Amino acid sequence: MLDTVMQQAPAFFNPHNLVFILQAMGRTLGMTIVGCTTGFVLGMAIAVLRGSRSVLLLPLRLVAIGYVEVFRRIPFLVILFIVLFVIEPLLPGTSLLGIATISVCLLSTAFLSEIIRAGLESVPGRQIDGAHALNFNALQTLVMVTLPQSWKVILPPAAAFVVMFVKDTSLASQLGVIELTFAGKMLVNRGFSPLLGFGAILVCYFILSYPLSRAAARLEKRLAAS
Amino acid sequence: MPHLEIVSLSSRYGSEEVLKEVSLAADQGEVLSVIGPSGSGKSTLLRVLIGLTPPSGGEVFIAGERVDYSSRRSLKGLRGKMSIVFQEYNLFQNMTVMRNVTVAPIKIKKRPREQVERQAEALLAKVGMAHKQDAYPEELSGGQQQRVAIARALATNPEILLFDEVTAALDPERVNEVLETIRGLTNEGITMIIVSHEMAFVREVSTRVAMMDEGRLVECGPPAQIFDAPRQSRTREFVSSILRH
Ligand SMILES: Nc1ncnc2c1ncn2[C@@H]1O[C@H](COP(=O)(O)OP(=O)(O)O)[C@@H](O)[C@H]1O
Ligand SMILES: [Mg+2]
Repeated sequence: MLDTVMQQAPAFFNPHNLVFILQAMGRTLGMTIVGCTTGFVLGMAIAVLRGSRSVLLLPLRLVAIGYVEVFRRIPFLVILFIVLFVIEPLLPGTSLLGIATISVCLLSTAFLSEIIRAGLESVPGRQIDGAHALNFNALQTLVMVTLPQSWKVILPPAAAFVVMFVKDTSLASQLGVIELTFAGKMLVNRGFSPLLGFGAILVCYFILSYPLSRAAARLEKRLAAS
Repeated sequence: MPHLEIVSLSSRYGSEEVLKEVSLAADQGEVLSVIGPSGSGKSTLLRVLIGLTPPSGGEVFIAGERVDYSSRRSLKGLRGKMSIVFQEYNLFQNMTVMRNVTVAPIKIKKRPREQVERQAEALLAKVGMAHKQDAYPEELSGGQQQRVAIARALATNPEILLFDEVTAALDPERVNEVLETIRGLTNEGITMIIVSHEMAFVREVSTRVAMMDEGRLVECGPPAQIFDAPRQSRTREFVSSILRH
């Protein structure tokens, strides 16, 4: 077995294959970054919306609750296929990567909104009363009082989610998006040893997620200290 | 004309009425204390006054001007004239002492930073906290936090100050430093409503004392009346039960 690896190594590590793997890695990274950034922004909006008491926003609030509760319960693979079948006829010509990215955003928005909501709710009501009594409006209260006090609670689970998410994007391979997992499969199908093909993919996943978990751990420590 | 006039004020949580047609008035510079058993609606009264809990009926006038609690503009005007100090978790935990005191004047009232900081230094000196300007609330004792909270409440130059059991969460040896600070403010022309269980203090600083029970005003009069010759048996029971402890 190791013989094969040694024998195939020069052919495997040729520039063409390396570019192929790097491109796949770029797609995995891209889906993660776009998905989590969008998820963070929209998730924040949903969390704030759900925390508001305004009667005018009640219908929107109900939609948000429905969305979060549904999308947290559907397997990611199913979301992928739903998005595929909804988007295909609506926007013909959308790339598979586009469809996978939309799915990823839908999923991460639902999960991150819950993480952010738990963080916002961890701030004692007195702090918010205090802000209102000093004439802070809702946005000023959020930005100056609630958010700064909730990062401690939001960041650890959010970071864990992102790290897990890097791996979840592999399901996009089921649609035919050539991300890391699919790239590994293709290399093996071309006759390379699975040890080489998937070994390289494994290293790539590690390179993507290890710095992330380290950064998260460092941040967590700093927040806990302050 | 009274400075603060409360007319038949009511409030409810859900279907439960916890404030029942309370009427009270305080002249400019008066110190009106509110006493009563736990759950009698004292905190609710203060929360309604500053617009944190909506009233279900009644009216409030400040210097003859009616407060409209459903109007954001009216609320903003009201809170420009009225400040509150709560029982605990008062200070913003993410801000230094200095920032706690200056954030509202600078960010909300848009007053010049230098002027606000100079005033804040004076206020912190007044409450004996000048040396802790750069500390965070969690680095301070409960009594120190409450003194900073009082400085913060003063930084918006209020005409009316509300205190809601500001010493109730403190260690006994910390109570006096906070009461001392409040006592120091009683001659500055600020109208004060003080909810407290510290009866000796209430008796000493109040111009009048209001007794509440089950959401109602039972009796209101000078300290000598409430403590020595209460007109209502409920007041007598409450006062003697507290003084016995
Ligand atoms: N947020 C709330 N929701 C429901 N009921 C409340 C709430 N706050 C207070 N109450 C009720 O209102 C009544 C008056 O409470 P409160 O004003 O806090 O009394 P006090 O300050 O005199 O102890 C109590 O019966 C209490 O249980
Ligand atoms: Mg109370």
